Amino acid sequence: MIKPAERRRMLAMAAACAALAAWAGLTAAGLWATLAPGERQALAAVLAPRIALLGLSGAAALAGLAWAVHRLYRRHVSAPARLLEQTRLLLAAPGPQPLVSDPQSSEGLQGLAGAIGELAAQRDHLRGDVAQQVTDASQSVQQEKNRLAALMSELTQSVVVCNLDGRILLYNSRARLQFRALSQAPGLAGGAELMGIGRSIYAVFDRQLVAHALDSIHQRLRRGAASPSAQFVTATASGQLIRVQMAPVRNPQAGQADGAGALGGFVLMLDNVTQRFEEESLRDQLLHGLTEGSRSSLANVQAAVDMLGYADLEPEMRERFLGVVREEVATMGRRITDLAHRATEGMKTRWPLEDMLGADLLAAARRQVETHCQRPVAVEGLDAGLWLKVESFTLLQALTYLAGRLVDEFDVKHLQLRLQRAGQRAQLDLVWTGQAMSTETVMAWEMDPMRTGGQSSPLTVRDVVERHGGEMWFERERVRHQAFFRFLLPLATDEAPPGAGQILHSDSRPEYYDFDLFQASALASVLDDRPLASLSFTVFDTETTGLDPTGGDQIIQIGATRIVNGRLLRQESFEQLVNPGRLISPASIPIHGITQDMVAGQPGIAEVLPAFHAFAEDTVLVAHNAAFDMKFLQLQEAATGVAFRQPVLDTLLLSAVVHPQQASHRLEAIAGRFNITVLGRHTALGDAMVTAEVLLRLLPLLQAQGIHTLRQAREAAQATYLARLRY
Amino acid sequence: MSRTILVADDEPNIVISLEYLMQREGYTVLVARDGQEALDMIERDRPDLVLLDVMMPKKSGFEVCQAVRASPALQATQILMLTAKGRDTDVAKGLALGADAYMTKPFSTRELAQKVAEMLATRP
Repeated sequence: MIKPAERRRMLAMAAACAALAAWAGLTAAGLWATLAPGERQALAAVLAPRIALLGLSGAAALAGLAWAVHRLYRRHVSAPARLLEQTRLLLAAPGPQPLVSDPQSSEGLQGLAGAIGELAAQRDHLRGDVAQQVTDASQSVQQEKNRLAALMSELTQSVVVCNLDGRILLYNSRARLQFRALSQAPGLAGGAELMGIGRSIYAVFDRQLVAHALDSIHQRLRRGAASPSAQFVTATASGQLIRVQMAPVRNPQAGQADGAGALGGFVLMLDNVTQRFEEESLRDQLLHGLTEGSRSSLANVQAAVDMLGYADLEPEMRERFLGVVREEVATMGRRITDLAHRATEGMKTRWPLEDMLGADLLAAARRQVETHCQRPVAVEGLDAGLWLKVESFTLLQALTYLAGRLVDEFDVKHLQLRLQRAGQRAQLDLVWTGQAMSTETVMAWEMDPMRTGGQSSPLTVRDVVERHGGEMWFERERVRHQAFFRFLLPLATDEAPPGAGQILHSDSRPEYYDFDLFQASALASVLDDRPLASLSFTVFDTETTGLDPTGGDQIIQIGATRIVNGRLLRQESFEQLVNPGRLISPASIPIHGITQDMVAGQPGIAEVLPAFHAFAEDTVLVAHNAAFDMKFLQLQEAATGVAFRQPVLDTLLLSAVVHPQQASHRLEAIAGRFNITVLGRHTALGDAMVTAEVLLRLLPLLQAQGIHTLRQAREAAQATYLARLRY
Repeated sequence: MSRTILVADDEPNIVISLEYLMQREGYTVLVARDGQEALDMIERDRPDLVLLDVMMPKKSGFEVCQAVRASPALQATQILMLTAKGRDTDVAKGLALGADAYMTKPFSTRELAQKVAEMLATRP
């Protein structure tokens, strides 16, 4: 086989020779044509005997020409072509590659080759530089991350970072521990259903409470406060008191002008203060008992002693007053003993109060009352410079609640808020005009649990007032046909506003939020149209007593793990044995390895399912052959009241979408195709992990087929023939 | 004619001293054991002054005070609140609801007698 380059060279040589032969032939033919017949004969007679010599000379000329063409071709065509090839190779080469010098090329070409070689060397050098810089940069980012992680894990306080949607972006191990204590189902999900990347903080804290704290930070930011923070204390479902401090995380891209728009999320620092509050309220209680409780007794004793001082006291009266003294002294002695004994009884809690500008409180109250009661609220007699010490969330609740009852029960049309200083306190009035109402009626409201906008609180207005160490009463102004509720509230001890330092924060705070963490979009959009890559998945598997869910087989183990932002979060997993309340079929024991002894003493499905439901909240459920597992879950719905309404993806069906020609879509087969190491197969968690790895491998393949959203994935899965199988 | 004073308190141990003290000062003394009884007696017997305890069964001193002030017929009744609640917020509330004076327990009986005399002197 002749190489194409060789053939081209032969062709070039042949063409040159043919051209020379043609030229010689034509010249001879032309010459011949101009000769007279006699001359032709003479010439033929001269040339005929020398025809061999002519032929030889012609052949030599052709050979010479061919040789020259051959040389020229090699020098000017083949050599550049080789150089081109080498240059292309150089271009494509990932690393440095020597340029072989070509002795057959011309001097100019050799120079060019040298220059190309130098260019390539320069490029390789630059490439090396860039790579080095990238490595350095990512190393320093990694270092920063490690430093932050170390710092966070060292903190004795729990720290949670959330984006504005309330999704957890970052947390430390302390927070994890604390949430474990808060978990409703401590033995089961172990707090993992509450604390995890991408989970909603609102599962733990009341959404409105967090929104209110954010709101007050916004207000402070707008006033230019240097490091605004808010705090609140909340009681969790499990009865723990958590003090939460909130600091804003500002969006470095946004301008400083609009403080509100610059928020990217918030940091919560949590402190479990249950214990401390109990101790403090115990002290309070003792103090209270010793002061107010003893006052009456002291008064009785003092009055009696005063009476005993009269010289003309009748003996009978004297004996009675002495009796009073003895009795009261004994009473006081008993009271003190009793107080000491009551150390462990349930007690009221003192709540931390925050400094708040009176004007802000009134503005917030006005907004909230107007929204809830649909009545205009005027603000009058406002002492603008007044700083209060309040627990604004519950105080606003109280105001809104009272206004709500005025509107609902007496159809009050106009409301008014008033705030003035009164000695060492502030008096906040909720004023209305119109119909007279009895004092008993409105004062009874003070003792009712507060309700606002369909939400009810365990607190009463009285509780709120007591939290503030304040007072509250109902008063009438007959002349003006007005009536009002007056709250006496404490003033902030230091009149200087807490955020007075007008220092810009930007240089003073370490910036450790360059993690892409704040890019998460609002979760309000429907999951169906979200890109698969952006979804959070709970990948789970169940082990069961047998294969017939409708025939009474039961779940004996649930294992699950999470995928958030395309990452498998192995540490955020769920694994729980379940007591099925029936015998495990002996045939299945070798498969899952769970024996009757192992499930004895484990919680039943009615306990486990709510925990798993909480763990899977807000995520897409994924299982291999999901229809089977879902059937078990659905059959428990009536008994446990736990319904799984989230979208479900099935890796078996998705595998069939991606590889329709494959005969087997068993988990092992798919794992084998994807080269996934299978560990702990046939434990629920082990299988869930494998399924999760499979899903992570399937996602890019689905994308390559144009399947980007959850909706598309579900539709494609439905369309596969395997989907027709039913349990 | 001697002035009438109502002692409204549920604690007999203070009532005995107050009753003795006020009688000694030359007043006619009535005694009420709870808030409701106090209010009834104020309406019926129209005492010139009430020594009103805050913490009483049935009706608190605050409620009695508010009811008295709400009734135009009883405007002349003077009210001196006596209470173990010593916080300034309680004092403010008592005065806001219509008490003429407020004394925190424990108090000196001499001062109390003086206060009563002063108050009665303003209303001949």
